[in-house]
Amino acid sequence: MANIWRMLAQRLGLGLVTLFVISLLIFGAAELLPGDFAQAVLGQSATEETVAAIRAEYGLDRPFHTRYVDWLGSALQGDFGQSLANRKPVADMIGDRLANTLFLALYAAAIAVPLSLMLGILAALFRNSIFDRSVNALALTSISFPEFFVAYILILWLAQSGLFPSISRFSVDLPLGQKLYNTFLPALTLTLVVTAHMMRMTRAAIINLLASPYIEMARLKGMPPFRVITRHALPNALAPIINVIALNLAYLITGVVVVEVVFVYPGLGQLMVDSVAKRDIPVVQAVALIFAAAYVLLNLTADVLSTLTNPRLMHRR
Amino acid sequence: MGTQSKDNPVLLRIRDLRIEGSSEDQWTEIVRGVNLTLRKGEVLGLIGESGAGKSTIGLACMGFVRDGCRFSDGSIEFDGIDLRKASRAEARALRGKRIAYVAQSAAASFNPAHRLIDQYSEGPVFHGVMSRGEAESDAVELYRRMQLPNPNEIGFRYPHQVSGGQLQRAMTAMAMSCRPDLIIFDEPTTALDVTTQIEVLSAIRDIIRQFGTAAIYISHDLAVVAQMADRIKVLLRGEEVEEADTYAMLAQPREDYTKSLWAVRSHARPEQPPVTDGTPIVSVRNVTAGYGQTIILQDVGFDIHPRRTVAVVGESGSGKSTAARVITGLLPPSDGEVFFDGGLLPPDYRKRSRDQLRQIQMIYQMADTALNPKLRIRDLIGRPAQMYLGLKGRALDDRVRALLSLIELEPEEYLDRLPSELSGGQKQRIGIARALAAEPKFIICDEVTSALDQIVAEGILQLLERLQSEFDLGYMFITHDLSTVRAIADEVVVMKEGRVVEQGPKTEMFQPPHDPYTELLLSSVAEMDPDWLTNLLAQRAAT
Repeated sequence: MANIWRMLAQRLGLGLVTLFVISLLIFGAAELLPGDFAQAVLGQSATEETVAAIRAEYGLDRPFHTRYVDWLGSALQGDFGQSLANRKPVADMIGDRLANTLFLALYAAAIAVPLSLMLGILAALFRNSIFDRSVNALALTSISFPEFFVAYILILWLAQSGLFPSISRFSVDLPLGQKLYNTFLPALTLTLVVTAHMMRMTRAAIINLLASPYIEMARLKGMPPFRVITRHALPNALAPIINVIALNLAYLITGVVVVEVVFVYPGLGQLMVDSVAKRDIPVVQAVALIFAAAYVLLNLTADVLSTLTNPRLMHRR
Repeated sequence: MGTQSKDNPVLLRIRDLRIEGSSEDQWTEIVRGVNLTLRKGEVLGLIGESGAGKSTIGLACMGFVRDGCRFSDGSIEFDGIDLRKASRAEARALRGKRIAYVAQSAAASFNPAHRLIDQYSEGPVFHGVMSRGEAESDAVELYRRMQLPNPNEIGFRYPHQVSGGQLQRAMTAMAMSCRPDLIIFDEPTTALDVTTQIEVLSAIRDIIRQFGTAAIYISHDLAVVAQMADRIKVLLRGEEVEEADTYAMLAQPREDYTKSLWAVRSHARPEQPPVTDGTPIVSVRNVTAGYGQTIILQDVGFDIHPRRTVAVVGESGSGKSTAARVITGLLPPSDGEVFFDGGLLPPDYRKRSRDQLRQIQMIYQMADTALNPKLRIRDLIGRPAQMYLGLKGRALDDRVRALLSLIELEPEEYLDRLPSELSGGQKQRIGIARALAAEPKFIICDEVTSALDQIVAEGILQLLERLQSEFDLGYMFITHDLSTVRAIADEVVVMKEGRVVEQGPKTEMFQPPHDPYTELLLSSVAEMDPDWLTNLLAQRAAT
């Protein structure tokens, strides 16, 4: 166990370094955007004097490194500065949105992860059967269509009949059942998009092991096929599956802008896109940093879980 | 080896068994009409070279065929149940419970994700023979009977935490867990060192006798089978050659093929007189080497002269291969030197000149993995000739053809083949040709015959011998197989735990007095005498 803690500390340290590098990149990338907030706000009426005045007012005229250090210093204390567009604290603007995004991501994951594991196991069990082929075909179809298309198809089928709302009204004080009902369609869309990847990895990782001598041994001990797969193959196939799940969860948090837009869901993705359009750099930076942190954290979790499932790493000779 | 088993009721009866395997969309027969009868408590040995269908028949005794194979004809009747007609569920109910299996590589056949005792208990609990608690205490009991160290504790380890010989015994214990009527042993000791093999053999023999279990013992090693079986059946390409009582079979084999199996072991080349003067081609002096903090070799030294073969023997982990890595410069030693033809070799191969590199070549155990699967034979052999000797075009082509003729492969036929289109023995010959292409003075042969059948191995050994006298080569022959040593060596170096225990001319080494460890190694080589193991164990118990 001491090993695990050491590894955890090591990975956390590395994660922090990664985040630091990313924060530099984010800050630098925002600098590279053509035009800045002052120009965007003033639009046609931008004269050199007005632009300079606005820059001075928001401190945009200070050199890059001082602004970066200031920004990082306060970001570390949870203060991401003020929005340039409406002068509200960025943290306030993000807070609710982050909760919404996490809610939708968890909702989709709660359906998609068990579903894809189950389908993957069944596909491996009945490999090359009609079932296997149709599950694969369906999964590939749903992953091949663009998200907005899947979303509109679902709206056509499930919202036009009045079964589910096509606009995901959402606020914190709604009862949980109502929340789940209102956001069912975006969650389903996301599920369809991420299931294929996880399902196929589960299937492939299991089938990859089926030629192993220990699988033959399990069959020769009289174990039925389902048990052979769940008890003998799956535990050895977990590492690649966990990693793919982590990647997809990260996607659910960071990559869902299109789905949010279609269902008018107030999540982080929409906020990010709006802020980019408005050159509201502090918001963009804060959201990007949150996305990066999600990636780092999920990958870290995947690494630790993969280690925990591998007796060779857990129990030294 | 129950002596009364002749009158026991029949347990397993196989009639005209035919099994087909698919290769490239074609079904070819791999078991061609085999009959087999086994009585309760009896042990039958199945022997033959690879491709004889031994394992396939062994699995068929459980009503099991591997993926890509199918039963095409015949019947398998186990205790009144027709296994070919039984439903899958009926067959599964027998497997593990009444017929159990012990695989060749226990290390690969134990599931790496579960503890030994969990895998032990799985069968009895699943088949409803015992509760989990009963199974666990039963496991400890059987681990004890299999003479495993710390029987109370060893079950709670994962497979990677247990040594190969111990795993093989744990697997036999696992096969016993439901007290089956029949156990199939598929080459259970082939992957083990001779000294470990004895422990496993005697533990297996004891336990099947204690429980009166019938067994089918599959091996390519006749001497081993002779220790275990009441009767022996010899197989060749899926057909029976002959079957007889073990004593009768060893005393008077009837068929030519069987006799040829016997004869392989008797090959021995005359020993060359020891060289006392002259410069050794390779001289290893006081070498200490290891990886990081772990020291593998301690103060190792030996000489190899031109036209002489020095066999380096020892169990796995004794440092044989590490010594080879030091000589080739792959592992620079922390202390000591290696001389080539009287000149000091730089410890690191990157510091050696092209000519120094050319002079020392290697042939590997697994020809399969030592040959680049994407290259044709022409390029596999041509590369070293091109690189070391600068041959090009016509000269290179001629050289490659000459090399192929040297290793007794028809150039026209083999030049443009890929390694996958060759048999195991042919691949090893290509490995030899590749080493020769550099025109070396010294070749390290690392277990080159261990993965081959006896008859094929014999051909390789003879080829190596011929090449040695033709090109004045010095050989360092790494092996754990003492019958190979007997066949080819002039001098022997015995290694244990990274040290040289004893060295000298072969005839001296095979005659007493020995170092105690050499004695242990020599006495552990199975002999063609059905009573060898019994006598040896009695002898060792007495001293």
